[in-house]
Formats: sequence, C-alpha cells, structure tokens
Amino acid sequence: MIGVGVLKGMAVTLRQFVGTYPAGRVLLKALHLPEGNGIFTISYPETKQQHAERFRYFPFLVYDATPDNLRCVACRICEQECPPQCIHITMAKDEQNRPLKANGRTFPAQFDIDVSICMSCRICVDVCPFEAIEMDNRHEIATHARGPELLFDKTELLRSAEYFQQIKPTEAAVVNQRLVAKAAKSQPPKPAAASTPPAA
Amino acid sequence: MTNAALKTDLLEVNLGPQHPSTHGVFQMTVVLDGETIVSLKPVLGYLHRNHEQICEDVSYIGCFPYTDRLDYFCAMTNNFGLAVAIEQLGGIEVPERAQYLRVILAELTRLVNHTAVTGFLLNDMGAFGTPLLYAFREREKILDLFEMASGSRMMCNYIRPGGVREDVPDGFVGRAQEIVAAYPRFLDEMETLLTENEIIRQRTQGVGVLPKALAVNAGITGPMLRASGVDYDLRKVDGYGVYPRMRFKVPLGTVGDVYDRYYVRVLEMRESLKILEQALKELPKTGPALSAKGQLIGRSPRTFRPPKGDAYGRIESPKGELGFYLVSDGSPQPYRYHVRAPSFINLTVLEDMCRGQKVADAIIILGSVDIVMGEVDR
Repeated sequence: MIGVGVLKGMAVTLRQFVGTYPAGRVLLKALHLPEGNGIFTISYPETKQQHAERFRYFPFLVYDATPDNLRCVACRICEQECPPQCIHITMAKDEQNRPLKANGRTFPAQFDIDVSICMSCRICVDVCPFEAIEMDNRHEIATHARGPELLFDKTELLRSAEYFQQIKPTEAAVVNQRLVAKAAKSQPPKPAAASTPPAA
Repeated sequence: MTNAALKTDLLEVNLGPQHPSTHGVFQMTVVLDGETIVSLKPVLGYLHRNHEQICEDVSYIGCFPYTDRLDYFCAMTNNFGLAVAIEQLGGIEVPERAQYLRVILAELTRLVNHTAVTGFLLNDMGAFGTPLLYAFREREKILDLFEMASGSRMMCNYIRPGGVREDVPDGFVGRAQEIVAAYPRFLDEMETLLTENEIIRQRTQGVGVLPKALAVNAGITGPMLRASGVDYDLRKVDGYGVYPRMRFKVPLGTVGDVYDRYYVRVLEMRESLKILEQALKELPKTGPALSAKGQLIGRSPRTFRPPKGDAYGRIESPKGELGFYLVSDGSPQPYRYHVRAPSFINLTVLEDMCRGQKVADAIIILGSVDIVMGEVDR
C-alpha cells in the first residue's frame, strides 16, 4: 500500500525524538521499544569532551626539571622531516660560531613552530631521537589574527616532563623506558662534565 | 498547440561552485531545455592543492599526512593504499597482526563512508538534516575509535609501510566489537526510514541510470560499478592483505540507478560488518604491529631509499579502486607520485547519467556518485 513506507519512516523519527528525553526513554522502555540513543551532543564549552589519551594536537618541547634543561639539542631532524616545513630551529652559538652547551648538550636559541601551517601529523615526534618533542592535547588556541600570534616560539612551546606524564601516561612510560635504556647504553665517561656551565 | 511551437531557447545554468553538502566545492554548467538537461560540463579545480607535486618533494613517510587530506572521509584507506604501494616498491613485509588491524580499520572506514554518503544523498534530495544526523551519530562512534588508535578522528596518519604506526591501545578491540554488534540495529532503522519510503523510491528509481557497458568502458569502480551489476571488487580480485581469509559476499545491483547505488552501499555495510566480526575474532593477540623495517623507516624516513623502479599499489577504498603509482629513482623522495582517485574517475560519467534527466535530478545523481573533491582535485 502506498504510504506505508513513509509512515514507518516517520515512526522511526518519532521514536528518536521521544528517546531524546529522559521521560521519553522510560516511556519507550514501558512500550518495549528500542530506547534510542538519548542526547548525543554535549553543550560545549560548559562541558568538554573527554579525548582519547592519544589525541594529538600541536607539538610541544619537553624539558626535565627546569625550563633551561631542554631535551632538544637543536639537531634539526624534525625541521628537515616536517612535511609542511613549519618548524624553524637555530642552534645557540657563540661569536666564533661554536655551538654553546647547557648541561652538556647543545640547545636551540630559537625554536619556532608556525601552528597555522602545522598539520598535527606527529612525524616530528616519530623522528626525534631525543624524545624532545611530543604532541599536546590542548586545542583551544584560537587567536584574533593570524601571523605572529600563531607563530609559537620556544617559551610558548615549553612543557615539563610532568605535564607530558600527566596528559599521556601510557606514552610517557614508554618514552621514559627508552630514555633509561639509552642512558644505560651510553654511560658518560666523565659524569662531572655533564654540569659544565655554557662557555661564554 | 504542438510541442514544437512551445520550443524555447536553451538556457545555460550554473550550479555551484558551492555545494550544499560537504562533498567539496564543485561547479556544474548545465544546458537546459526547459527542465531537461541537454548537456553538463563539470568545472574542476576549486580544491586543487598540488597534492602530487608536494608529495614528490617530501619523504615517502611525509606523504602520509597528505593522503589523509585526499578523501577526508576515508583517511585510513588512503594511508592503506599508499602503504601498499610503498611496500611493493621497497619489498617490505607486513606482520600478521598488522594485516588484521588494517582490514579492521579499512572496513570501519567503509562503514563511516557509506553511512555518511547515504546521509548526504538524502540531504541532496531535500530530506534536510534528519537522516544525515542519524548517520553522523553512528559515524561519530567509529571516529572516536579512530581517535583512540591514531590520535586523530579524521586525519589519522596511522597505517604505515610495514604495518601500523603503533599498536592499538588496550580496549580498542572490545570497543570495536561493541560498535560492530550495535551497528545492525542502526542499519535496520535506517532502512526502515529510507529503503521502502515511497517518496525516495519515486525520486531515485530509474534516475541516473548507468548502463553496464558504459560503466566498464569508463573505468568506473567501487559501489557505483557494482550497482550496475558488474561483479568486480578488488578485495576479491586482488585478495590483498588477509581478505582472502574473510568470508563475505559482493552485493550487486541490477538497474544501476541512484536507488541501486544507495542500496548496494547498505548491503556493503552489512558485509563489512561480517568481515569485521571475523577479523576482530581472528586478530592475533600478540605479535608486532609494525615490522622492523617499518619501524626504521618511521624513525628515520630519509634513510628509506627504495631501489630504482616503479610500483602500483591499489586497494578497494569505499569509493572504488584507489591506486598509488610511485616511481623511484633511488632517492628518499618519490620521483613520480600519482594517485588514481576513484572519485575523479567515477565523476567522468556524470554527463552521461544526467543527460535527459531533470535539473533537480542532477544534484542527487551527483550525490549518488559519492565524490569528495579533495580526492578529485587533489
């Protein structure tokens, strides 16, 4: 009979509508009908969605203990591998063009990520041999203008290792394991050299 | 008064370049005789992003995030296609567990795509909102699953040559099984809403018929070809990955009209669920998800220099045959990188399907082709 299909379809819509309300769900249950899915949306920004642990947004730079103890050694591998070329690194150097060192490591004088170009692909994290760059999950970074506001420099990118541990516990555990294994493998011959202040 | 006396001038109408649903930016120039379409010229290129040239300037791994943006509904299958091509080029083995994970993710992507495209088709037909939002509600659950595994809902960048980037987290399989178990109920509901609806039947049956011979000659692939009654599915024909171990049927249409294309997609989703059930059950509990060579390539992409030569890797993406043609000159970057995009090739018969139809039908015929302009324009 013509029209039955349309009516059946409307019954589906009606059931979905009723099932949106808590009282409606009780009614549907009493009528032995499938209950529907309830309200599926959340009222952002009052409630925020829980992201998966692996949720990735823009990268950040990891430091241990104090912000001047960066894991990054300015090797520029991520700069080279970044598909859209949004990372810009300059190694800290003295007047004679020799790399400066802090805590026995070279460090970047400038580390910029243009987040208006970054596509959050995570390749920089995968290629970093020093576990110095990781993906953040902070995603509310809208600004009023593009340009300098979206060019994050070193200070804006810095996050502590604890912060990383906090947002991504599983991944941080794996990374820490790798770091410990690496430290055990490359025993520094002179442990005292590690704390030499940067040569002027 | 005869019909000849009523004859008026032909009228050229521009449809687009905006499109009401999220297929992308597409323009059609339609020549109308009254309301009947005489000819139709697609205007492409509004979403051109120089994909192929960009990928010739980055490492093989660097191409992966760009493939996510080809067909932005099916990031996983796009990654899969490129991974298959690179594996052929570099002779990379894929561990068993990764093979299963890939099949699971590819079939989940098929569910995402077919669910969304059915919603969009109804949107194009004028059923604004309701079926699309029901579809998106279900799609959302699968996208959450993708986020769980890859860290991103749509731009996954997850499948890599030699496996998947990292193993799926604990609880992934359980949640996937829950979704698969609950999905048939949604499909039943959607079918109650749509399949027998008289208005939809009136609107779609006999509209935009694609004859079998034309479909084959024009190189159409995917659900569109199968809706015309040609039994051709790369999962059966090539049998890549672990698909030969899966038991599933290839649904075929008979007429090749818009309704068949809708219904073939619904049936394909049911078959995908069967594949998912099997794959989730048979998925090896342990074992690497990325081969040793794959790990090496992932950590230092520039060290991967495949031998000189070329390779064509193809998979059955939700839209049809997705192929990647790579030529290597022994450097870390592809010398030539070409995408055989199913959306683009399926779009070539648009004029043949629209000629003689009414102008309002052109929109739903376009909707039933299932295009994403990110893949068409590249």
